[in-house]
Amino acid sequence: MTGNTIQLDKNGNLKHFLTTEGLSQSLLLSILDHAESFAGVGERAVKKVPLLRGKTIANLFFEASTRTRTTFELAAKRLSADILNLNIATSATSKGETLSDTLHTLEAMHCDMFVVRHANSGAAHYIATQVAPHISVINAGDGRHAHPTQAMLDMFTIRRHKKSFENLRVAIVGDILHSRVARSEIHALSTLGVLETRIIAPQTLIPKDAENLGVQIYHDMDEGLDGVDVVMMLRLQKERMSGALLPSEYEYFQRYGLTNKRLEKAKPDAIVMHPGPINRGVEIDSDVADGERSVILQQVSHGIAVRMAVMAMIMGRQPDNMGDTE
Amino acid sequence: MSDNINVNSLLNEMAIAIESHSSSHHYTAPLMIGIKTGGAWIAKQLHQKLGYKDPLGVLNIAFYRDDFSTLGMHPEVSPSQLPVDVDDRHIILVDDVLHTGRTIRAAMNEIFDYGRPASITLVVLVDRSGRELPIQADIIGKTMLLNEGEHVKLLGPEPLTLSIDKAGSTGNKITG
Repeated sequence: MTGNTIQLDKNGNLKHFLTTEGLSQSLLLSILDHAESFAGVGERAVKKVPLLRGKTIANLFFEASTRTRTTFELAAKRLSADILNLNIATSATSKGETLSDTLHTLEAMHCDMFVVRHANSGAAHYIATQVAPHISVINAGDGRHAHPTQAMLDMFTIRRHKKSFENLRVAIVGDILHSRVARSEIHALSTLGVLETRIIAPQTLIPKDAENLGVQIYHDMDEGLDGVDVVMMLRLQKERMSGALLPSEYEYFQRYGLTNKRLEKAKPDAIVMHPGPINRGVEIDSDVADGERSVILQQVSHGIAVRMAVMAMIMGRQPDNMGDTE
Repeated sequence: MSDNINVNSLLNEMAIAIESHSSSHHYTAPLMIGIKTGGAWIAKQLHQKLGYKDPLGVLNIAFYRDDFSTLGMHPEVSPSQLPVDVDDRHIILVDDVLHTGRTIRAAMNEIFDYGRPASITLVVLVDRSGRELPIQADIIGKTMLLNEGEHVKLLGPEPLTLSIDKAGSTGNKITG
């Protein structure tokens, strides 16, 4: 399901953005550099650049999401693209239309890009194989598999605070098993060359293949947080939880909840991240979420810049002939 | 070939011209903005010579180009930096070479997305032939008549020199 042959065009430029896995370090850095340019647009009087004027982007959300959908929408609007929001869970498919018919209908409306959120792993990849050649697909989260723009906005936030990745120890804490965010982060961190990535979780919330991901596994919060530069908290995904993976939310917080006291184990300048939405008192204490080391709200703003960068890079792929420009 | 153009002495003349243009138009405390990359080099020098108190602004017009659909994303993009509010200010917009006028069109569009300036004065080191839009400079370092296919390019930032690529010679194409 990695398939870089499908993510890149024949010149090595990003055509679809489905996963951070297998992409080169230079491509990931290029996304961060472009995002840096777009970050200023949101601070101006007119929060818009005319780059994608006349392009049409469709948000295809087969699974509910507010933050991701709205930041993709804002990113598209700040690039002057037109955006359609399709909440498919409540529309066509519930009337019996097949996915392929929905896609062809949108193609007939001359859309240029689909942003896809789906509960099934591999959905965005499948859609990328089905669409017409001129259409690009961005994965906005597929099942437990990947959420590449979230991972890249997290990388952007880390780089803003820590300047470079080489000497960093990063801990990802929580429900790794169900987390597409964690998977995409682990691949991105490894490609960007961090010193160490740790995952901290109870055994039941660690994927079976975790050892192959190049991470250090911890079951004890205090040990895992010792000396880290970045703490990435994950949401406890209650809606994906079936079976007895956890004793109770209270007990989870006692063992894996991030409190200021636990945070003392990390480096004094460590930053605390969370992809949102936050379950206060379940995985993170309010004092930490609202504390001075929290960069959670910055992550949201950075999400817009990173999504602008990815959209612009995909839509602005260089054709073969480089012309003379002034 | 350089044609022995002394960029620094052109800049000195331009600084004097900017000062007299500003005072005859009653522009108090103009705000200088350079267009990346060459225009920003020029603007930095002029800004220093004129002793302006407001920091220099730098525009990167990559997001406003009209050739995005054919040329795509510029590989080297760094953000625009306009540290001072442009509303009701007299802007001195600086570029190295005025050719088709498309760069200036893009730059003015971008400035208006930051606010509504009182006026914009266009200053260029070289005004060359080949205009495609009704845009002209107010202050010009040097005028050049060049044919299509001939290029002039500012090299820098230290030292600043003009490289002229006459028809027939095989020089680098102009970008930026």
